[in-house]
Amino acid sequence: MSNNNYILRVTVDENLCVGAGLCVLSSSDVFDQRDEDGVVKLLQEYPDQASYEKVLGAARKCPSKAIKVEQVNGDAP
Amino acid sequence: MSACPFSKASFPMPRQCPFLPPQEYQQFQQQPGAAQVRMWDGSSAWLFTRYDDVRAVLGDNRFSGNPSIPGFPSLSAARNAVLDLEPAFIRMDPPDHGRHRRMLTKEFMIKRVGAMRPRIESIFNRLLDEMLHKGPPANLVEDLFLPLTSEVIAGLLDVPNKDHGFFQEQSRLKVLLDVDPSIPKAASERILNYLDALVTERAKAPEGKEDLISRLIIEQVRPGHLSHRELVIMAELLLMAGHETTANQMALGVHSFLSNQDQLALLRNDPSLLRNAVEEMLRYHTIVHYNAFRVALEDVEVAGQLIRKGEGVIALIAGANHDPEAFEQPQKFDITRKADHHVAFSYGIHQCLGQPLARVELQVVFATLFERIPTLRFAVPQEQIEGKGDHFVQGLETLPVTW
Ligand code: HEM
Ligand code: SF4
Repeated sequence: MSNNNYILRVTVDENLCVGAGLCVLSSSDVFDQRDEDGVVKLLQEYPDQASYEKVLGAARKCPSKAIKVEQVNGDAP
Repeated sequence: MSACPFSKASFPMPRQCPFLPPQEYQQFQQQPGAAQVRMWDGSSAWLFTRYDDVRAVLGDNRFSGNPSIPGFPSLSAARNAVLDLEPAFIRMDPPDHGRHRRMLTKEFMIKRVGAMRPRIESIFNRLLDEMLHKGPPANLVEDLFLPLTSEVIAGLLDVPNKDHGFFQEQSRLKVLLDVDPSIPKAASERILNYLDALVTERAKAPEGKEDLISRLIIEQVRPGHLSHRELVIMAELLLMAGHETTANQMALGVHSFLSNQDQLALLRNDPSLLRNAVEEMLRYHTIVHYNAFRVALEDVEVAGQLIRKGEGVIALIAGANHDPEAFEQPQKFDITRKADHHVAFSYGIHQCLGQPLARVELQVVFATLFERIPTLRFAVPQEQIEGKGDHFVQGLETLPVTW
């Protein structure tokens, strides 16, 4: 494992989510909504770097600040 | 800004151009911190007009949307009369707000609403057929947009077709600001009484029904999570929030395209601009133009301004959406700009629940209208088409067109 290997990590807080679905509109390959209550469902915790802009856009737009995007050091587990 | 530097500006302030926010917002944006404004009743409120500041206020739950808390800004006596009635979750704070909103979020999920698109298209095409059959001229608000948005939301709640005129009229009266308070109050009460009877009837046999009210009766009312009265109030919010707003946005969107033919040509040549065009019309018009009023639950500092507990705040989404720091040349209607970070649906926990539905309805209209009627144009001189002005929701009273 090389130390300058950054990977993208996305986390969501289901308690904060108000189900407006903006994340799904931004990147439907990373986010979905639970059938039972419309709350955000993370499809990929470690999306491809190519999704960075979109995922960051989703985090910025999320009205309840329920999405966090980080660049973490290391390889995806 | 008022001429005298020692007096506060009044809120709301009149628009100079019916389709753009008051020029004063631009001046406020150039000053640091918040501006103090005077309300009709002599009270003061803090006004935020910059994109970052508006989002900071609306994203902070130390600001409450509950109008019964002392210090909550008052827009007019007529508006007070509406806000005095029992609150729906749009006026609740956490945790009650989330409890109620979560009962509905699955109904407005992207995939659920996406599945409604074919139905929305077929309603719109049927209404267009009827209008074309009658021939020009037409009034798009009355002939197309109100019937479309009403049928969509009423379909979700299973409110009978014959009653659409009734709830359209009540919702029109409910948003009037500058009238005798008994007018909007009576309108709210009429619609609540109507829905009370409808919910009572529906509760007799909700099993096997497809509508949202029946589902809520089974999932929430029967297990005791929601009272009969709370359901009535929730249904009223959906019915009212769901049609008038979207219909007004459609009318203003058509107005923007007809008065910016270059933008219409762009959309015609490249239908992939449709989604962004819808975001741009939401941004440009920001029809819920006095949104959002809040009151501080504790001392909070925003943009260097200390707001004390109990002070009223107006975080103007119409200011934010025309902040040059967030949108270059904000006064220009430009469907190619990046617009989807707008706050036309507000921001924070109260951000519009129905936005996926509003988006799909708008996309259907603007994908279809100019394609089916390529020669669509105003039927009267353009200057005669006026904005609604002093209403809670900005829009057009009528939109006379011909083809
Ligand atoms: C273009 C159309 C629309 C616009 C511009 C719009 C705008 C807004 C805004 C600005 C708010 C925030 C209110 C606040 O902060 O106090 C809001 C809330 C809300 N809207 Fe919409 N809306 C639209 C269409 C709809 C539709 C179609 C529905 C469908 C039922 C709907 C249902 C709601 C509900 C339930 C809330 C309350 C959300 C909450 O408090 O958690 N709206 N809308
Ligand atoms: S954008 Fe935020 S609030 Fe909306 S569904 Fe996604 S996580 Fe939830």
